Amino acid sequence: MDAPTPAPAPAPGPAERPPEPGQLAIQLRGLVKSFGRKRVLDGLDLDVAAGESMVIIGASGTGKSVTLKHIIGLLKPDSGSVLVDGVAIEQLDNRGITEFRRRFGMAFQEGALFDSMNVFDNVAFPLRRLSRKSRREIRQRVDECLAMVRLEGLGEKDISELSGGMRRRVGFARAIAHEPEILLFDEPTTGLDPVTAALIGEVIRDIGERLERTMVTITHDMHVAFRVGHRIAMLDRGKIIAEAPPEEFKQLPDARVQQFIHGEAEGPLTDQPAGDGAGSGEAGGFGRRPSGNR
Amino acid sequence: MEPEGAAATGASRMPGAGEGGKSLLLPAFVERFLLQMGRFVHMLGRVFAWTPRPPYDWRELLGQMVKVGVSSTPVVLLTALFTGMVLALQTFTVLKRFSAESYVGTLVALSMVRELSPVLTSLIVAGRAGSAMGAELGSMRVTEQIDALEVMATDPIHYLVVPRVWAAVLTMPLLVVMADGVGIGGGYLVSVVLMGANPVSYLNTSFQYTVLNDLLSGLIKAAVFGLLMATISCQQGFYTTGGAEGVGRSTTAAVVLSSIAILAADFFLTKLLF
Repeated sequence: MDAPTPAPAPAPGPAERPPEPGQLAIQLRGLVKSFGRKRVLDGLDLDVAAGESMVIIGASGTGKSVTLKHIIGLLKPDSGSVLVDGVAIEQLDNRGITEFRRRFGMAFQEGALFDSMNVFDNVAFPLRRLSRKSRREIRQRVDECLAMVRLEGLGEKDISELSGGMRRRVGFARAIAHEPEILLFDEPTTGLDPVTAALIGEVIRDIGERLERTMVTITHDMHVAFRVGHRIAMLDRGKIIAEAPPEEFKQLPDARVQQFIHGEAEGPLTDQPAGDGAGSGEAGGFGRRPSGNR
Repeated sequence: MEPEGAAATGASRMPGAGEGGKSLLLPAFVERFLLQMGRFVHMLGRVFAWTPRPPYDWRELLGQMVKVGVSSTPVVLLTALFTGMVLALQTFTVLKRFSAESYVGTLVALSMVRELSPVLTSLIVAGRAGSAMGAELGSMRVTEQIDALEVMATDPIHYLVVPRVWAAVLTMPLLVVMADGVGIGGGYLVSVVLMGANPVSYLNTSFQYTVLNDLLSGLIKAAVFGLLMATISCQQGFYTTGGAEGVGRSTTAAVVLSSIAILAADFFLTKLLF
């Protein structure tokens, strides 16, 4: 079981105060990426506004993690472009991208915590590498971050002593420690029990509301999606097939969206022939809602 | 992680990773060999490029030196002792046929210092520290810890590989010096205690024909072997794909490829240095 934090109250609505349409923080333009003969991304387009919390949902293998890794430059697209504040990530050289990543904080699926360090050193890592803070300032900031993810006083614990949910939250604390402009969450609740998953959703919501940063979360957990997203986009076969604010998203008539939301085994998502992912689905999808911030 | 798996890791920004399809009209093993060589040269180049750049992690370097040195010391010394002993035993029997047993000391000392200490020590360190490097970096790759480093604007080659490579380069000569001493001591024990050789003349002949260059060339060999072993082992771990099984493959490959590289480099270095 996770930390002794009480289970959160029943899920409230989507995160408060969606940002006004404004400056775009992230623009994905016609992203194509293949691994061998498998085309994972097939002309993906997506915009994320500054200060917005975007959730990308989709079944396993549809390219969610790959999309996230393009945003932060861990992968280069075969064609298309990833623009972050107007900078084309794929055109940066290794040193350029290393510098650019200071603006990001990313929480990995299983935490990706350094198991040779304790919790405190994990959270302090980006501060020691990326900032000029003194020891006292670092300690203060680590304590703040651990408190924000509801893990006060656990700094001295070894990583091996933590439960799955605690690991994710230490990963969140590490991601926000150096106060990045853009936060990315990769499958934050995969493999967790429903109560811990709900707690994780609450923590992400808290982080979004308190820090007011641009956030991109990928998940296949609809509870988390509705809880943390200002907008939800659905990825299928390498394309965004639907995109809307949570309440509208629930009502979209696209059968693939409804199948995914309701977790049904039978439907258009499972009827599609397993292939290379290319050429299937509609370009743009009929469920797609014209974005208000373009 | 989605099933794109390995290809979807940060390694795919590295040369030859994740692109899948065959691009050359060459047999598969030649392509694999060229890929490994390309990655090796690329990694070595990045190690040299990152070495002079701050921040300098002295604690990590020292920690890695302890890991490479201390963990291997007992088995290195044991191997050197028995190698020196068996060398004395063999050469004593043979040289006695020519009444040249007074040269046993010379033969043992020169063999140990010029050849056996550096090669055997490097092979043992490849088995212990090289496999550990391959496994450690491999598991960091599959658990996305290397991606996490990159995301935190930290070059993983700078942070992980540079201290390991220099730790091996600096530690190997130290291990070899100890192995030299223990090996020569082993030869002395067998010759004097078992074969009844004169202890004073044994020691005299041991060092009479051994010049400083013999010792230095052995140490240069050791440093080069350390460089090869650590770079290859880190490279195998760094490009790990395929979960726990992949980590196992990388660990094995780290030891096997390091050992082959050490033996091949030994020939060329011997040709070059003597």
